[in-house]
Amino acid sequence: MTRTTRTRRLGAGLTAALALSLSLAACGSDDTEATTGAPTELGENEGQVSILAWPGYVEDGSNDPAVDWVSSFEEETGCEVTTKVYGTSDEAFNLAKSGDYDVVVASGDLTLRLIASGEAAEVNTDLVPNYEKVFDFLKDKEWNTVDGKNYGVPHGYGANLLMYNADVMDEPTSWDVVFEKGSAYQGKVTAYDSPIYIADAAMYLMATQPDLGITNPYALDEDQLAAAVDLLKAQRENIGEYWSDYLKEASAFKTGDSVVGTTWQVIANVIDQPNIKVTIPSEGVTGWNDTWMVSSQAENVNCAYAWLNHIEDPKINAAATEYFGEAPNSAEACEYASSPDFCATFKAGDEEFANKIWYWRTPIAECLDGRTDVECTDYSDWTKAWTEIKG
Amino acid sequence: MTPTPVRTDRTAPAPPTSGGAVARRMSSVLTRFAWMRLILLLAAPLTWLVLIYIVALAALLVTALWSVDSFTGELSRSLTVDNLREVATEPLYRTVALRTVGVALLVTLIDVAIALPIAFYMGKVASPRARRLLVVAVLTPLWASYLVKAFAWRSLLSQDGLVDWALGPIGLHTPGYGLTGVVITQAYIWLPYVILPIYAGMERVPGSLIEAAGDLGASTATTLRTVVLPLLVPSIVAGSIFSFSLTLGDYITVNIVGGASQMLGNLVFTNVGAANNLPLAAAIALIPIVIMLGYLAAVRRTGALDRL
Repeated sequence: MTRTTRTRRLGAGLTAALALSLSLAACGSDDTEATTGAPTELGENEGQVSILAWPGYVEDGSNDPAVDWVSSFEEETGCEVTTKVYGTSDEAFNLAKSGDYDVVVASGDLTLRLIASGEAAEVNTDLVPNYEKVFDFLKDKEWNTVDGKNYGVPHGYGANLLMYNADVMDEPTSWDVVFEKGSAYQGKVTAYDSPIYIADAAMYLMATQPDLGITNPYALDEDQLAAAVDLLKAQRENIGEYWSDYLKEASAFKTGDSVVGTTWQVIANVIDQPNIKVTIPSEGVTGWNDTWMVSSQAENVNCAYAWLNHIEDPKINAAATEYFGEAPNSAEACEYASSPDFCATFKAGDEEFANKIWYWRTPIAECLDGRTDVECTDYSDWTKAWTEIKG
Repeated sequence: MTPTPVRTDRTAPAPPTSGGAVARRMSSVLTRFAWMRLILLLAAPLTWLVLIYIVALAALLVTALWSVDSFTGELSRSLTVDNLREVATEPLYRTVALRTVGVALLVTLIDVAIALPIAFYMGKVASPRARRLLVVAVLTPLWASYLVKAFAWRSLLSQDGLVDWALGPIGLHTPGYGLTGVVITQAYIWLPYVILPIYAGMERVPGSLIEAAGDLGASTATTLRTVVLPLLVPSIVAGSIFSFSLTLGDYITVNIVGGASQMLGNLVFTNVGAANNLPLAAAIALIPIVIMLGYLAAVRRTGALDRL
């Protein structure tokens, strides 16, 4: 008898646990609207700062003792750093809305959403002395400046590269290895698990199917989106797994479960095997251009500005961008890089190249390419399309 | 400085005080009014149940009726049935729901098929010593973290993993990451939850019945089919509820060994984590609840729950 009651109790407990886990979905967070006027002067440091960042952006030596630019900051300013790492801009958006973070580093597909939802505070760049060293072509861009107000300082920029296993294939020159010719590597193709990856397909179509009339991969009308979705649905057949956790992609390439797919330079650095290589295909690349922002709900504004200035320091910026594998934000940073080829590799300061990368943007109904005769698909359409593609 | 034993001796046999009288009066009141006893007994757990279970479910249902601004991510709390309609009409959700139910059923079938002989051996054949050892063996995997087990299967199932190596000589390959991997991993993880109730039920099957069946000339197979199995149905149902419901809501294993495939849990997870669409996530989360209610209702109709 006792056994049955135990079983039944266990059952009730498990059902409750199931209900609890499901109901977690129902916990929302109420947003507190804070004033967003930029400060004109700074006070004393608060003693701590919390940062929401891409992996590899805030390194305190725990991943690699030689990679550490947090300790020097903590010593200089007395602000203790806590970090939360995220895998996709969407995840970061959710986390940023919780108000738990003073500083957020955001790509161009996130910055405008943060500004529009009142999560990002206006930044007074005069309070960030190192800002003047930043490349001019990174300043006052549509992803960090709205109505003439700065909402952050540039970090660096880079491209979503094509990674491949050299044991399995020769160096690909086109993205078609992950699209039309993907069936040769069925079950071993990988792709970035976020709606923003639709832009990669759109960029490929821009080169291969000019009839569609795509001029900006982030400005797709319904037909153009449908074409991209078809391409991605066909690609889905060959996908082994999608990745958003960069360590998951690293492990899949190491074990040979993935042999070709989109990547970041930092992942290739983590894998560090001679047969895993990256390349820039002929159709071009999408990429990111990141901005350090201060949360409108920040409790540690002074430490936040101290961090902004620290990470803009050419020496620190060189270390951070070199570790992640992206172009730094200033010419001076090139001098501090450990590799003399660093800036040449990432074409830092090459304005022409920088302008060729299709930086992540948030697709909105008002077409980003300036078309006014059609309405473009917005990010929620992309999100829906993405779940459909994955099926 | 230790207190002298004399002192403790003096305080120990305390004379009946007014406190004792109050307690006695309360107990006599409680004896007379059974309903008061019941209230005191159930108040705490019921509050807990209502708060955690009912309120959470209600919140889930209400959230499913809200909507979200896609650009700013702000929740709009005006009521709309758009999310429910979308979940009900979009073929995507039907496909994923069917896939999830399929995986959950397969996992349950595999687990029951493995658990029955093990439970029979544990309950009816093994010596008490071997039985204890087997119970320990069944329980041990529960001590390891769920994540560790899932990641262990990720490395087992990988291209250069143990499974591929072991199957190589007979010309087979690892199934790799995908639904097969999910079924294998889930069947492994939930197996103890199925074995234990069936073993408990097996122990309660009277040995005399099995012997009587044998004496009356029934073969082993007939005895198992007509005597043991019917008596075990409630236990099997209990076990299947575990494996079925746990698989139904899982998304972590799918993320780790599922390759590119999605289950209902993943849709909920993407909508909360990536798409920031809480209302749609809540609407999707209602699907497994409905399925589970349907499953329990079906089980109830068979009468298995009454004999549990």
